[in-house]
Amino acid sequence: MSDPKIEGFELEKGFKGMAQDTGSDQTMFKGVHWGKAMMWIFLLSDTFVFSCFLIAYMKGRASTPEEWPNPSEVFALDAFGVPVPLLLIALMTFVLITSSGTMALAVKYGYERNRKMCGYLILATALGGLTFVGMQAYEWSKLIHEGVRPWENPFGAAQFGSFFFMITGFHGTHVSIGVIFLFIYCYKVFAGHYDEGKRGWFTKMKGDYVEVEILGLYWHFVDLVWVFIFAFFYLW
Amino acid sequence: MEDSNKKEQSGSTHKIGIYLWIWGLLFVLSFFSYLVDWYQFQGMLRWSLILFFMFLKAGLIMAFFMHLYWERYALVNVLLWPMTAIVCFICLMIAEGKYTLFSRLFYFFVGG
Repeated sequence: MSDPKIEGFELEKGFKGMAQDTGSDQTMFKGVHWGKAMMWIFLLSDTFVFSCFLIAYMKGRASTPEEWPNPSEVFALDAFGVPVPLLLIALMTFVLITSSGTMALAVKYGYERNRKMCGYLILATALGGLTFVGMQAYEWSKLIHEGVRPWENPFGAAQFGSFFFMITGFHGTHVSIGVIFLFIYCYKVFAGHYDEGKRGWFTKMKGDYVEVEILGLYWHFVDLVWVFIFAFFYLW
Repeated sequence: MEDSNKKEQSGSTHKIGIYLWIWGLLFVLSFFSYLVDWYQFQGMLRWSLILFFMFLKAGLIMAFFMHLYWERYALVNVLLWPMTAIVCFICLMIAEGKYTLFSRLFYFFVGG
């Protein structure tokens, strides 16, 4: 969000402001909540982890002389007896985008100190995330039944399974952790911890709705990663 | 906490309309990228469409849902410049992948 004003300090626009922020032997990102800055740094490092997985997948797929399994056939799902390509993946994408939207609104209502709306929207986000994880579990068990293993699969190049389980598994872990925290924050919002400024765990810092935004950053990042996985793994 | 209280008053909450618009756009873009598969576009058309929708979606999420559009310039730079390292890595691995494929085919079929 936009910057809080600090008395006697006027941040200049553009490159000069950046130089003032990063140089001048002072605290970086003056006035930005430390939790938010740290969440961004964490997400940056997580970006690198996911990039390494996706780049490994690209390299593995580009360097195998065997035929790569056709994702729109492998991930097809029978709907009323007709195989629809990528049906489950499309539904998962829509569920995740929906939950991302409810999270964005939860952050907005949090800053407006609308406790009930914020809490219900976080609950909706958590349920969306739970649905996503459930669909992913179904997808995994379906593929395992069809004989997909990290070392072999009946559709083509053997590397397919290991990349699939590694990448979607790592993303699913992120979603699961996110869902756990969404439920915890849902409770904290409904209990009014951020209105009273009640302290969280392991910290002397008083609770504030900025924590909802920090959680939101994480959740949008999970959605962001899914955009890339959807493009590179399922559509390519 | 003084700071963050001021922050709320300084108009940092945005109109609900912008979130709903971005939300709707994300749905439409996801639907379009699904259609790329549905109609089985192939070759350059498929790849360019996939990448186009992907970057558009990623940009919208980062800019508006993650508030990067309203964020201060220093943080934006700290976050986006490291991405060039990833781009370099991708370029390196494309070359490496081609070389691996070439040497595999060469040694499997020609036999050195």
